Order: sequence, then C-alpha cells, then structure tokens
Amino acid sequence: MNNISYKRAQSVETAIEHIGSKKESSRFIGGGTNLLDLMKYRVENPEHLIDINHLDLSKIENSDSGGLLLGATKTNADTAYHELVEEQYPLLSEAMLSAASAQLRNMATNGGNLLQRTRCFYFYNTSTPCNKREPGSGCSALKGFNRIHAILGASEHCIATHPSDMAVALAALDATVHISGAEGDRTIAATDFHKLPGDTPHIETNLEPGEIITGIELPEKGFAKNYHYLKVRDRPSYAFALVSVAAAIELENNTIKDIRVALGGVAHKPWRKPSVEKEFIGKEANTENFEQLADKLTDGAKGYGNNDFKIPLVRKSIVRALTEAMNK
Amino acid sequence: MIADTKYIGKPTRRVDGIKKVTGNATYSAEFNPEHLVHGYIINSTISRGKIVAINDKEALKVPGVRQVFTHKNIPEEVKIDSDYTDPLAPPGNPFRPFYNEDILYNGQPVALIVADSFETAAYAAGLVKIDYEKEEGCEVDLKANLQNATREDVPDPPEPRGDAAKAYESSKHQVDVEYYLPRHYQNPMETFATVAIWNAEEQGFTIYDKIQGVGSSQQYISGIFNLEKEKVRVLSPFVGGGFGSGLRPQYQLFCAAMASKVLNLPVKVVMTRTQMFSFGHRPACLQRLKLSSDETGKLKSINHEAFGETSRFEMFNETVVDWSGMMYQCDNVKLDYQLVPLDVYTPMDMRAPGGATGMYALECAIDELAIEAGVDPLEFRLINYADIDQNEGKPYSSKELRAAFLKASESFGWEKRIAKPQSMQDGNNLVGYGMATGVWEALQQESSAKAILTSEGKLTVSSGTADIGTGTYTIMSQIAAEIVGIPLEDVEFQLGDSSLPKAPIEGGSWTASSVGSAVKLVCHALQKKIFGYAQQSFPEELKGAMFEEAEFSNRHLSVKSTRLSYSEILAVSGQNSVETSVNSQPADDRSKYSCYSHSCVMVEVHVDKDTKMITVPRVVSAIAGGKILNPKTAESQILGGITWGISMALEEEGMMDSRNGRIMNANLAEYHVAVQADIQDLEVIFVPEHDEIVNPLGAKGLGEIGIVGVASAICNAIYNATGKRVRELPITLDKLV
Repeated sequence: MNNISYKRAQSVETAIEHIGSKKESSRFIGGGTNLLDLMKYRVENPEHLIDINHLDLSKIENSDSGGLLLGATKTNADTAYHELVEEQYPLLSEAMLSAASAQLRNMATNGGNLLQRTRCFYFYNTSTPCNKREPGSGCSALKGFNRIHAILGASEHCIATHPSDMAVALAALDATVHISGAEGDRTIAATDFHKLPGDTPHIETNLEPGEIITGIELPEKGFAKNYHYLKVRDRPSYAFALVSVAAAIELENNTIKDIRVALGGVAHKPWRKPSVEKEFIGKEANTENFEQLADKLTDGAKGYGNNDFKIPLVRKSIVRALTEAMNK
Repeated sequence: MIADTKYIGKPTRRVDGIKKVTGNATYSAEFNPEHLVHGYIINSTISRGKIVAINDKEALKVPGVRQVFTHKNIPEEVKIDSDYTDPLAPPGNPFRPFYNEDILYNGQPVALIVADSFETAAYAAGLVKIDYEKEEGCEVDLKANLQNATREDVPDPPEPRGDAAKAYESSKHQVDVEYYLPRHYQNPMETFATVAIWNAEEQGFTIYDKIQGVGSSQQYISGIFNLEKEKVRVLSPFVGGGFGSGLRPQYQLFCAAMASKVLNLPVKVVMTRTQMFSFGHRPACLQRLKLSSDETGKLKSINHEAFGETSRFEMFNETVVDWSGMMYQCDNVKLDYQLVPLDVYTPMDMRAPGGATGMYALECAIDELAIEAGVDPLEFRLINYADIDQNEGKPYSSKELRAAFLKASESFGWEKRIAKPQSMQDGNNLVGYGMATGVWEALQQESSAKAILTSEGKLTVSSGTADIGTGTYTIMSQIAAEIVGIPLEDVEFQLGDSSLPKAPIEGGSWTASSVGSAVKLVCHALQKKIFGYAQQSFPEELKGAMFEEAEFSNRHLSVKSTRLSYSEILAVSGQNSVETSVNSQPADDRSKYSCYSHSCVMVEVHVDKDTKMITVPRVVSAIAGGKILNPKTAESQILGGITWGISMALEEEGMMDSRNGRIMNANLAEYHVAVQADIQDLEVIFVPEHDEIVNPLGAKGLGEIGIVGVASAICNAIYNATGKRVRELPITLDKLV
C-alpha cells in the first residue's frame, strides 16, 4: 500500500472541487470494501483519497417521477432492508442480500457497488499480465483459470465479468444513475452505465474521471409481484455469481404483459436485451417461451474452456428464474 | 481406571475461554517489547530461475526503514555450518530463506524490509525492484509430470499379499478408477507471526512464535545460529489454529530472528494472508484403485497406487495407501506410493494427513464396487469388516466400528435410502444419501510433565506442549483436578514454553493421549508424595495404611476412617509445597496391538435439478475414539472436522497456474472454505469404547478423525442423488452440469 493523502468532503461540490486537477491519481472512498483491498494488492494505487461518506447522499426518498431515489452513500444493507425497497422493489432487495456477506453489506455503499471491480484472478495479481490493470500487457485469463469468466460480449483483450448483484437487478428494473461533475449533473441508464471490454477493458463505465455518483433512481414500476433473483454460485454465501438472473414479469392471466431478464456473472456488464424481451410481450408465459427467450438472450455465447459450463447453465437458470417469478 | 469421575469425561467449558473472548489471550503477534521494529517480506514472482538484481535504494530512503535484507547481505554465519532442519523435516535439504540467488518456487521469500512500523515496511516493500532471470519450464501440475515419479526416499507401503492382479481378472465385479485431490492450504485464522528478541549480552534469543510445538522452533533456530538449545527460549502460549501448518517452523521465524540479531532489536514479522499460500500445503494426490469382489460383495482384490507431489528439495511423504490394506478383509492386496517432485514448496501435514487423502479415494471406490455388486454400501462394509489389522496381523486395542455403523445408521435413517440414483426428490432438489468409514491412528509419544501443589491448595501442572485451539489447557486441567482431587478452578496448566518439561509437537491427534498420560502419571506421583508426607507427619493416624487404599478428593486424603486435608499434611510436614516430575512412555504392551480410532459418516446431499448447486443438509458422524475426556471440546473437534470435510468435498482448491507456478486464489474470498450458510444439521455421536491398551487414559485423540471420510460420503451421496460419479475434488457444480 502506498502513502496517500486523505480528505473528508462535506458536500458534493467540495468533493468535486477536491478531486479538481488530480482526477487520475484520486479516488472517492465510500465503504472502501473493494478499494482498500485493491490498494493493499497494489492494483489501485491512488495518491489521494476523498472520503464521501459525509455527503448528504444517504437518503432513500420518493423521486419526482413517482419512483424511488437511492442515495449513493447509503449502505447496501440499509438499502436492501429499507421498507420501500422491500415493498416496491423486492427484486433489488433480493439481489442485494444475495451479495457478499452481512459485514460487507453493512459497509458497502450503493455508488461503490456499481464501481466495484472484477474478481478476475489475474486482475488481482500484479505479477501476471492483465489488460485491465496494465493496458497492452495481455490477458492471462484467456488461457488460464477462466471458470468464473465471461461468455457474452467479451473480447480477445479481456474476458472478465462485472461481479455486482445489485447492478443486475438495477439493469432489469431500468434504473437510472445520477451523476455530478465539474460540468454539471447528468444521468445514465443503468443498462448503459457499464461498458463491454472491447479493446479498452481498463475503462469499465461511462463515468468520466472526476464525476461522482450521487444516487440511483428506480422508476415507478417495480415488478413487485412476479420477480426472482437467482444466484448460482459455489457456496451459499460470500461467493460471487457464476451465473445470476434477475427476472421480472408482469402477467395478465397467463400472458406476458411485460418481461425483464438481466444476467450477471456472464459479461463485463449486466447482460440485458430489451429487444428480445419485446418479442415475448403478448405471448404465453410458459417453459417453451422461456427457453426461446433464454436462447435468444444468450445468442452468440462463447466459452473459453473452464467456463464452457456456463452456456447451458445460464440458459437453464433463465428458465428457472422466470418460472420461480411466475410462481411467486 | 477411574470409576466415578468428577471432571474427566464431563462436558467442561474451556478454562481459557474467558481470556479468548475478552481479548486477553496473547498470541505471538501481540507481544510488543520495547524498541520493537517490524518486518515485511517480499516474495518471488517467478517459479524457477535466478535473482539478477535487487534495487533497494528507494526503499532505504523512506524515513523509518532500518534495513532491507536479501541473500546479498544476510550474515555469513547463517550460511556456513548452519543446520536448518526441524524435528519433522522429511528427507532432503530444508529450504533456507535468502540463501542465494536461486528461485525454487513462486512465492519464495526474497527480501525482508525492516522498519519502525508495519505500514512503513509494507510501503517500502513496494519500492524494492527485483529483476529475475526466468528459467524456462515450470512444472507444478502433478498429473502432467507423472513420468518423474520416484520411490527414492519414499517409505515402502506394506508388502503385497496374494496376487491382486490375478484375483482382479477372475472376479465377478470390478472397479478401475482414478481419483484426484488438488492442493489444499491449511489457512488457520491466525497467520504466521514471530516476535524475536536477541539478547546480545547473553548471546541468546527469546522468541514468541506461532508454532504447534515450541521444541520445533527451538531446534530450528539453535541449528541455524549454532546456539545451545538453552540459549533459545521459545514461547507460544496461544495458537490460533494450526491444522498441521505449524508443525514445522515457517520462514517468518527465520526472518525475525536473523534481523533481530543483526539489528540488535526486537523484530516482529507477521505474514499476510496471501503469504499463507507461500509454503507447505496438503499435497495434490492422484490415486488409482482397482478393486474387485465376488457376486456376494466379498472383496477379492485391492490395488491402490498413489502419486503425491513434493518439492525439489525435500521428499515429503504421507501415509496414503496403507489404509487400503488395513481396513477390509481381503486376501489379495497391492499398494504403491510414489512422489513427483515439482517446482513448489515442500508440502506438509494438513488435518489427517494422508488419511483424509487415501480414505477419500478408497471409500469412494468401495462405494462404486458395492453399487457394481448390487450390495448396500453399509452391508458391503460389514461383509468385509476386519477384526484384525490386515496389514500387521495384529488385533486392535479396541475397534467399535460396528457399533458406530449401527448408531449412525439408526440416527440417520439409512434404511430409507433408495439405491437407484435420482429416486429421491425434495422440491427442485435431487436427494442423495452417502456413507463412508473413517480411520486414524491412536498414537502415543513420549512426554514429560511437572506438578506443584502449594500449601494454599493451588496446583500448577506444566508441560511444553501446545494448545492449537483444541482444548489442551482444559483437558489437562480436568485430568489434574480429577486425580489430585482439587477443584478445577484451583488448577493452572502451563504450556507453550521451551523451558517447561519436554512434550511432543502437537499433531497427529496424540496430545490428549501423550501429554494426558504424562499429566495423569505426574499427578499420581504427586498423590504418592502427599501420602508419604502424611505417613511421616501422621504416623498414628495412618498406621498400616496402604497407598492403594487412599482416596484423594476435595483437597483431602482419605484412608479408612482418617481424613486429612492437604494443607494440614503440608503444614505438619513443614513443606510449602509438594512437587513432582515425570517422563511418560508408551507401554510395551501397546506394540502387540494396532491402535486406531474409527468413524462412520453418513450424509444427505441435495442437488438442484437445474443449477446443480449442492447443499449438505445433514451429516451424522459416529465416532469410536476411546474414552472421551471432555465431550464438549471433543464434539467441537468433530464438528470442525465435518465442516472441513464439507469444504474439502465441495469447495477447496489451491489454483496454481501451470504457466508460472503462482497460486491464483491466494485469499479467503476466492479460496473457498465452508461458511456458516454451508453448515446445517451436524450430529456427532460418541460410541462407547473401552480401551486399556492404548494408554493409561483410554483416550484416542480426536483431532483428525472428524474429517476423514466426510468427502467420500458426500461424493457417494452426490452419486446417489444424480447418478453422476465425480472423481475429482472439489465437486463444484460445473462438474454436474
């Protein structure tokens, strides 16, 4: 771990001000559950830390558009157990509570959750090549231990996955990420927040350097009736998803009125295809249709050896999650 | 034998429990002598080659940095005429940290930064630049290097009997299978830590070390620095788990001692969790089993060959295949065990070393043969039950395995098992039942102890053993309180100090048996001495009284109608205290018998039909482990063993990249072990087992037996649930997709 300067910001404006011209060498720190690990491993080597835990961003309140605004520094635990989240967005609550461990959820913040970095073994180990950590050095996972790696949207430069559960549910729910920066405020759709690796796997999100996440907005529609978050993993707690499915359906009798399926553990970002979902609106909610949806959503899936199993697994998991959502 | 006991055999809370939960139990890294400085170790990033340059200029400029030690500047005295062996060093040449520029494995310690704080040392470590000349080739994959297997320096397994190959060919039912166990890392919660204090005046060390036996560190340091053993005092009052990793000294001990002597300052070196993956581990092992039986399920032949990994500098061996010759009645047996040297650190013992490995493969293969023969796996084991040790031809000192089978199957409900896979379901889960047998040696080692009873009625018993979390403090206090006849709270047991009477290293499940016997013996000697003083001081009252008639309880000696308190005996004798020492040896009779503990493990697994996620809702483990000294700590031992068995079956794997010999999951987020949510209903049953041969206590030790067989039972249950036989650990869900 390197020597660092530490500043505690009291407002969004001062936080942005603090980061000022030192964008590349600074990091905002919330719960620190991922950043501090990465610093100890010398994967992240910031010179300046700006503590944002004291910004006024820890509320959960109704938004102007009839939805719910989740403060960026609210902890994952307090968000997942919040009455309004549990009632109106149980899919999000379920996904968040499947993540990490109770201790981590008590520390981790909502903004930080989106910015957590991949668990690729080679990213964490500074003695091995990794394009994400050291652009141009190569991808060790391509021919290494890649059991936990991507089957969708990967590139020859990087086959890492995004590890968040929360982000998968947010993608399914069409959430919006609120951002502030020196240039002003803006929003990005949760589905557009993370990027596929392409040839710049070190750029993981559409957040510009120096910008700060202030909140996450959920739209009014919460799919609180028929939903399921299925997390397939190596142990029932404190393990990242090999494959996860955030499934939500709106039903009219047995007809699909609306449907959302987002996948975790399979790509560099939560994997969702609204165009595929649309095709199934108006169709009957049954196994055959779910199987078709699964095939279309995972079309083009490619394994790299150790992770070949994810292709049949994710398809089965999609069908299972939708079936569980139906039977909720 | 003690007929009616007050303490022995009673569930007793840990005597050190309050200290532990209030933070008053001091572990090695928590000693902070004055002027303490801190070391941080840098490890190599290549597996084979040479260090060609070390640039420590920037590191040395950091305020607070005292020194950067490497092979270039450590004192010559630790290179010439130094003996780096420890009591458990296998054949070969022990690893010598910073000895020269050669790199023998990835993760090898190559530099030590010493600074005024840990943080400064860690920061400066990042500024040290090390250039390597990498040698091509990196052999770390056991299966890919079997051509290098050797029997040199490997103890021979038991001689073959009959003709296994011929019997196999002519048998009705055959199984020919290969099982693989990956590398496992012990990962005790407390990482390795040493505080070394060099005393220049006395030319000696005082060392606080995390170790399973202070004698081990003492021999190692005295050998390296050419010091009399008395000049090296090692203390280790509390050890936060060992599981075998603390049986041999680790490199942080060398680092702390060497730096302390050179700098003439106390030095603390604590390993990081990542560094806990940079030394010994349970070796990967490939096993081939060819078993056969007749149509009734009677075993006709057993052929078990194993390939274990070792380093290029030491031939680490463990007992893997011998169990297959011993456990079942079978006339045709052939066993073979070979080692494959790889570019890794020397493996080391890990909970039930060899037994957990060998019995995993054997008990899975037995299940396969039982199924092949159409015989219930429990019935199959009863058909082939061995009442005498098949390797040695000796009777067992005791073996209540049949009772364990019975108790486990009753409690588990084994009769409800449906043999045909995929027959039992629960919602979305396929349900499977599986079982296995466990076995472990009941060893006893030479051990010494000392006891002092003061006139105030306080008893101090001491022995240089260890408490690695197993409950040594507690059971030794129980034994002493029982025999001397004083309340438990008036007993203090001391351990973890090389100046105390010698005891074996804590391992092999022999501490209760070895040190316990010494404690029993020394307390009997104390009784005799008290009786002697009483006879001298109260000749009238004790006229004609015999020691054998005397009772020692409630701080009193009672014989016939006379009852004398210890305090009055000592007062009248003019003694402030009474003191005895003993050295206890295993009895000669023991060699006529085979002494083992046994278990029967039964498990229920659930496998999700879609996701293939595996859970273990129920485990029953029935243990035949001799006299249970403290059912509470004993049960904890077995619960820990079962929990680890679940990890071994489903989760644990050291992932070493064969391109560079690096462990890629060297942390507890990615190196999976069972977490709370993995553990559901565990039941431990202790089967009564009377044994007067094994040792004076009749206790067999429970450290290892709990894990043996668990992985096999789970593997067998997964087969019963799914019809799929996975012959490689861990059984992760991808292997069932």
